[in-house]
Amino acid sequence: MKTALKSLLVLWLTAVIIAGIAVPMVKSPSGPLEFPVIPGLEEKARNIFFHVPMAWTSVLAFFMALYSGVRYLRSKDQDHDLRSVSAAGLGMMFCILATVTGSVWAKFNWGSFWNWDPRETSIFILLLIYGAYFVLRSAVEDEEKRATLSAVYSIIAGVTVPFFVFVMPRIMSGLHPGSLGDEQGSGPVVQMNMAPNMLVLFFASLAGFTLLYLWMLSLRVRTARLEAVTNTIE
Amino acid sequence: MTPFHLEVRNVRKSFGRKVLFDAVSFDVRLGESFAVTGKNGSGKSTLMKIICGVLTPNGGSVRYVVNDKEIPLSHVAPHIGLVSPYLNMYEEFTGEENLRLFAKIRGIGVRQDDIHGLLQRFGIFEHRNKEARFYSSGMKQRLKYCAALLHRPALLFLDEPTANLDDIGIAVVREVMREQRQRAALVFATNESEDLSFADRVLDLSRLKIG
Amino acid sequence: MVTPIPYQVFVKEVASEFRTRYALNALLMFVVTTLTMVVFSLGDNTVPYEILSGMLWIVIFFSAMSGLSRTFVTEEERGTSLTLRLLTSATNVYIGKFLYNVVLILAMSVFIAFAYRLIIDDFVVRSSSIFWTTIVLGGIGLAAASTILAAIIAKANTKGTLFPVLAFPVLLPLLLTCIRATVLSVEGAFFSEAFKDFQILVSFSVVMIAASVIVFEYVWND
Ligand SMILES: Nc1ncnc2c1ncn2[C@@H]1O[C@H](COP(=O)(O)OP(=O)(O)O)[C@@H](O)[C@H]1O
Ligand SMILES: [Mg+2]
Repeated sequence: MKTALKSLLVLWLTAVIIAGIAVPMVKSPSGPLEFPVIPGLEEKARNIFFHVPMAWTSVLAFFMALYSGVRYLRSKDQDHDLRSVSAAGLGMMFCILATVTGSVWAKFNWGSFWNWDPRETSIFILLLIYGAYFVLRSAVEDEEKRATLSAVYSIIAGVTVPFFVFVMPRIMSGLHPGSLGDEQGSGPVVQMNMAPNMLVLFFASLAGFTLLYLWMLSLRVRTARLEAVTNTIE
Repeated sequence: MTPFHLEVRNVRKSFGRKVLFDAVSFDVRLGESFAVTGKNGSGKSTLMKIICGVLTPNGGSVRYVVNDKEIPLSHVAPHIGLVSPYLNMYEEFTGEENLRLFAKIRGIGVRQDDIHGLLQRFGIFEHRNKEARFYSSGMKQRLKYCAALLHRPALLFLDEPTANLDDIGIAVVREVMREQRQRAALVFATNESEDLSFADRVLDLSRLKIG
Repeated sequence: MVTPIPYQVFVKEVASEFRTRYALNALLMFVVTTLTMVVFSLGDNTVPYEILSGMLWIVIFFSAMSGLSRTFVTEEERGTSLTLRLLTSATNVYIGKFLYNVVLILAMSVFIAFAYRLIIDDFVVRSSSIFWTTIVLGGIGLAAASTILAAIIAKANTKGTLFPVLAFPVLLPLLLTCIRATVLSVEGAFFSEAFKDFQILVSFSVVMIAASVIVFEYVWND
């Protein structure tokens, strides 16, 4: 990415974070610089600008790792494995961040850090999948074999993901905002009715975090490539 | 025998960063015998595995054309036979059971007479009802020959043809190699200079080796 | 009389098992041990049937993990995977092994289910049709996921402990659905009430088998 774009992204995210924390919440907002109070959530609603983009990014990273895994299997080009593992590493980081932000929020909203709400469970399973992916990688010494096996595992784990969307709401009742007590609403995907200005900030944050992730990914891939080259020279 | 053609083009194999061979190409047709030689560790066994389709190369192609029709590597099993130190029998089954199993999983029917004939020829008929784990290494090698010849393959691959065999065994193997060369085609990997007299052409992997 | 090759691979697995008795004996002991532990830990307490349903599937899951982990490891250890690769295509091997795992798991889970109902008095199944359909569909799904995962771990260095770690997140939607359907069977629900769960179980197996057939050759071939 060009330097100008990067600077823009930094400014963008700074603005998003400041707005997410500082824009006042009032009963009857009089302009775009005031958010409405959501009953039951109040100030805690601000978490949506940080927690949800992180959760989204960790899912995106998983599917990018899967996609690079498929590319690897087709080409046996080690570079795709590099991309796959870089994406998975970042995905795991965002997954942990999403779990932590969600958990802290749950403490203040529901009274305990962990409640096995469908969405908490889903993010926890994603964390387990990431964990299993890296345990598998550490258990294989041969480079090609490691790349192949982890790509296959990400595919096998990937095809089960849609089932959670159907299974979770049937098993557990949702506490999560957006559940509305109905089956569709308590799936791992959030549907929210937000004020237009909140929606704008929400998507601005989503875009910002996605771009941040892509930037970090390109950095990781480049350092990983350099490491691979250094290893060959040694 | 139906005409066929084994075409090996620019086959490359490396383990990690170690390149074993690069750009191996040759052809084998009906009535031909092809030998691969080279020092220990030059990649003879690896090349044999690749041609048989049990090991994937890093580059290049291996094609089987039978009756002008290309057969995908996943379906060449009924057309080829392999004797190799890396090919193990199922130890919990008897010699005869192993042979039946091989034929069935290859997807071909065999007659009892054929199985017994081969076992007799290789001198292990008396041991046919013994589990393979009780076989000596020479007997195992003989059993591998039976398994490789049972379906009368168009192409016979031998990796170290005379390994573990006594003089009688070696004599039978020489006979088999002669027959196979006349009837169909033979590819073998060896370091024994006597074996090379069975070859129409020889590929020396040590000379070809790069890096 | 040439029968389908996957069936021949299946027959080979069965014959091999009857010769060596490795998996069956180990599995039987595992199941007996686990069930005994469950009985002791329950004691005289009255335990809600939801918990009992969950525990049944915990027993089945870990028994399956112990029984199926060696599917491909034995071939790698004895150096017969090269032999099998020479003899037939990856897909034939996968289907044969999968069929064998289905039979093994079904035998195992039917045994566990009978024993569980026999020794735990509080676990009363009111809808047998839902219960046995769940056992069968759950077993098939378990076998589908376990087969490809067993192929993966056979190529890794640490074989034993890895299996449940890889399997758990993948099998969770299946297990949760099985537990729910088992709860319905205890509640004596109508078959139609569990139909949605059965649909999930069937589609899980279909998706898992289809994905496995596609990716298996990458794992199987060296
Ligand atoms: N699976 C493997 N992983 C890493 N190196 C291997 C593997 N298989 C073979 N090699 C290496 O490849 C080289 C060639 O082996 P091989 O083909 O058996 O030689 P040859 O049969 O000519 O003696 C050896 O140095 C061996 O160590
Ligand atoms: Mg050799």
